[in-house]
Order: sequence, then structure tokens, then C-alpha cells
Amino acid sequence: MTAATTVLKPDTSSSYDVAAIRADFPALSLEINGYPHAFLDSGASAQKPNQVLERMDQAYRSEYANVHRGAYTLSQLATDNYENARSTVAKFMNAKTPDEIIFTRNVTAAINLVAHSYGREFLSAGDEIIISHMEHHANIVPWQLLRDAIGIEIKVAPVDDAGNFLMDEFEKLLNPKTKLVAITQVSNVLGTIVPIKEVVRLAHDQDAHVLIDGAQGIVHEGVDVQDLDADFYAFTGHKLYGPTGIGVLWGKLDLLNKMPPYQGGGDMIENVTFEKTTYRDAPARFEAGTPPIVEAVGLAAAIDYVSIIGLTNIAAHEQSLLAYANDKLATIEGLTIIGQADNKAGIISFMLGDIHSHDIGTIIDARGVAVRAGHHCAQPLMDRYGVAATARASFGLYSNKSDIDQLVDALNYVKEIFG
Amino acid sequence: MEDDIRELYQEVILDHGKNPRNFRHPEDATCEANGNNPLCGDRLTVFVKVGEDESIEDAAFEGRGCAISVASASMMTDIVRGKKVVEVDALFDTFHKMCMGEEIGETPAEFEDDLDKLMVLSGVKQFPMRVKCATLAWHTMNAAVHGDSAASTE
Ligand SMILES: Cc1ncc(COP(=O)(O)O)c(C=O)c1O
Repeated sequence: MTAATTVLKPDTSSSYDVAAIRADFPALSLEINGYPHAFLDSGASAQKPNQVLERMDQAYRSEYANVHRGAYTLSQLATDNYENARSTVAKFMNAKTPDEIIFTRNVTAAINLVAHSYGREFLSAGDEIIISHMEHHANIVPWQLLRDAIGIEIKVAPVDDAGNFLMDEFEKLLNPKTKLVAITQVSNVLGTIVPIKEVVRLAHDQDAHVLIDGAQGIVHEGVDVQDLDADFYAFTGHKLYGPTGIGVLWGKLDLLNKMPPYQGGGDMIENVTFEKTTYRDAPARFEAGTPPIVEAVGLAAAIDYVSIIGLTNIAAHEQSLLAYANDKLATIEGLTIIGQADNKAGIISFMLGDIHSHDIGTIIDARGVAVRAGHHCAQPLMDRYGVAATARASFGLYSNKSDIDQLVDALNYVKEIFG
Repeated sequence: MEDDIRELYQEVILDHGKNPRNFRHPEDATCEANGNNPLCGDRLTVFVKVGEDESIEDAAFEGRGCAISVASASMMTDIVRGKKVVEVDALFDTFHKMCMGEEIGETPAEFEDDLDKLMVLSGVKQFPMRVKCATLAWHTMNAAVHGDSAASTE
């Protein structure tokens, strides 16, 4: 019994068979309130393909036991699956070694891990860190907790009215006190793609470390961590068509091995006596307790799935949808798009006159359309644009033009109701 | 579903949402509280002037929110004026049940008109995610008159 990790070649052909892709996602063929399901909330969490669901089902049914513990067949198989998943992730990100891949619960947990472990070891009172105005609360609050605990300072790199990251302004914030830059690759609200390679270069010139929140970036752009040369990169499985309950922290191995454990428990120790405990190296040091075993297998299946289609093809598909949606939405009088950066991923935040996004969300749901309404866990960014909430449509690899047409019709229905 | 939508977004609600009554900050308010719906970022401040005899002489609000929460605040500030705090407590209790789709039981005759008016908001019971929008203003007023400075729907 071996669980083969299929090595599949990316499809580089130009035809993108969105109908075939949609057939892999059971949730997309649901009928919602009598309408076809127009799911436009992949930015919050993506739907799952059969390939992931079936792989996880099989892992629970016939390949399941705890990992790293038993000498018996299933435990060995589960351990192999789990470690193969780590290798799949490593390859996907082009990490030097799978040892640089730490499985966490989600991207939030990954960032908190860095804030606790790296933060308390490498940072001290008076040090500065830089985040951007576009950060998700997950990349703000852990640093505020650290600030309150050890007295670091948090600087905020601004964006312009269109949502472009202002590299000049960022550069001005960098100084010898800057120890860490923690920044998102793609804004979950504005869709802005941040030129993170340039951010890394400038930060490294000042000997500052860099953490990239890749929650949205991994889906819309992917990453080659060796080429990027950041110090940490974090993402979450559920936005990448994988299961909930699993995230990834990548870090440079020598840095990870200088960091103290975040949580203590089983699996992360070398030797325990009541007087002194020694810890294993990364990744085990940071994976205390029973890990998300089947979730890792599911994540690997999702990565295989995405890799077959090819990230470049997915990005091109999303770009064509973005252009289509921009045109269609422009026909709706009173609709304004928040976030018009030059380089954008498939995420569109918008306002419809003075109609609140919650009213929009409720009404278009009656027409089978799912969008996110609210502050998108980015309240400082909402304040920056003087809005309390927006509606947000975000695309996945399965989104199609009908989804957008249905959205446009539903928005006209909203206007009809509000008169 | 579309019938439910029409029921929720009735003319009266849309009107109160667009032209909220008592949308102001009275200088002589004796108490106020901030209401916050952390899920959607809606924020209201409710101002109340409570007289010597525990009756509400004035109620008003400011803030921003969806059509449902603004309409609810607008209607509420109209309805509670002239009532005793204890009466308003009872009215809130009944209104809350109405929004949850619960049995409201016998209602005192003097509340009948008010409950008739508030009935237009009961459409939220078909939309569990929106019940908080309809009740935010009431939670906030409740906090104000009972001496809390803040209310949250969480
Ligand atoms: C940019 C960004 N960072 C962080 C997160 C948090 O992800 P999770 O809730 O999976 O930790 C999200 C998703 O909501 C996000 O879009």
C-alpha cells in the first residue's frame, strides 16, 4: 500500500476549459434560492474539487492513523502521506527543503507563530516593524500584541487613492531600526498586487527581515520563495481549494532553527526530563501535538489540482474575467469600484450608491449570487477610503462570465428594490 | 425568496432608511451609548433624555449602517418618546421575539399600535444573519438607559 503522489505536468495549452473545471466542484452545481449558484466569494474561502474531497475521504477510510508514532503499517502510511504533503508544498513554493515547511492551522496561526517565536527572540523595545495600510487583521493584531508585550513600534506604509502600494513612501519608512517588514502579497479588499520582490530587496538593504502574507497571493500569483528571497511566507489551505484547518509557514531554515518553540508538547521535543527539555529542529519544533494529518493530504491534493491547470493559466483566466467584470459593472449607474491599482488580482470591492453592502448581500443572495459584505477584516483600510463596508466579488479558477452576468442582473435587482 | 426580500425591504423601511427620523445629537441628552455590530462594522450612537419621572423625553441617533439597522433606529426613536423606561424594556423584549420569529404572547393594549408599526421589521426573521441589524438600535438604547456606555450585538 503506497499513496502515490502523482507528479503532473502543468497544462500549458491556451484553451482554458472552465466548464470541465466547474464539473469538478460539486458546490457549483447547487441551486441557490431557485437560481444557479454564482459563487463569487472565493477570496474568503474557495470551494473544493472532488479530487480533494475524495483524496481526504480515502485518507480517513483506509490510510488513517496518527503520524510519527506507530511502528505499524497504517501509521507508517499516514506518516508518509503527511511528509509527502510537506514535499508537495515545498515543491509548489520552490522551497530549498521540505524542512522549511511548517504546517499550522491557517495563515493567522502562522503569523502568530512568527510574532511570538521570532518576535520575542529577535525583536526588542524600540525596534520598528513596517506593515502596510492594506493588511488583513491577521497581519496587524499579532504585531500589536507583540508591541504591547515588548514595546516595538509599528509603522504603516501607505497606499494611494487607487490602491497602489507606494514604494517611495515605504522606502522612507525603512531605517536602521527597522527589523521586520510584514506585508501582504495581494490585498484581500482592493486586489492590489504588491511588488513584493522590490519590498524584499529594499528591506534586505536595511538588514530587515520580511514576512509575506500570501493568503491571497498564493492563489492568484503563486510564489517562488527562493527567487523572492523573503524570510517568511505564510498562506492558508482553504483559499487554495484545500480544506480548512491547515495553513503553511515557510521560513528560511537557518532562521527557523534559531527561533524558540511557540507551543510545547509532543512531537517537538528531542528529550524531556523535568529539569530540561531539548527541542528538535524545524519543522518538528513548531508542530507540537497531533498535526492536521488528513488536511495536509487534502492540501497536497489541492496543490496537485491547481498545478495541473497551471497557476499561469489560472491567473490569465482571472485577468480576463476581471476585465470582463470591470466592463459589465461600469454599465451599472452609481456603482464605484474601490481599488483600481495598476496591477490587480481577481478581487473587486464596490459600492452601489449609498446602499449598504449588507443589503446588497442579502438581496443578491435571493438571486443565487454569493459575495462578501462588510469590512473584510481590514478596518484600517476601510477607514482609509472613508467607508464602513464594501461588497466584494472575488474570483476563483472556476469562475466564469455567467457568474458575472448573474451578479450584474442581481445588482440591477437591488437598484430596482431601492428605487 | 424574492417574496421574503420584498417583505423585508418594504417601502416603509426603505423610507426610514433613506430619511431617518431623529438623526441628530441632542445637547440635553442624559445618557448615550455606542452600538457596534462587529461583524459588519455598523456603528450607531443612541442619545436619550430621561426625565425625572423615568420617562423618555427625547431619543435620537447618529451613525451608519444598513437600511435595516438605520430604519430600526429611526422607528425606535419615534416610538419610545413619551414612554417610561420600564415600558420600553418590555417593548424591546417583545420586538426581539418578533424578530426571532418567536411567539410574542399577549401584548398590552397600549403597545398594539407600536407593535403594528414595528411589525414591518419582522421580515428579518427569514434572514437570521440580519436579525442583529434590526435589534442593534434597541440593544444600544437599552445600554444607554441602563447605564452601559456600549452595546455589541456579539
Ligand atoms: C490577506 C489575508 N490574510 C489573512 C487572512 C486570514 O486567513 P485565515 O483566516 O485562513 O487565517 C485572509 C483571509 O481571510 C486574507 O485574505
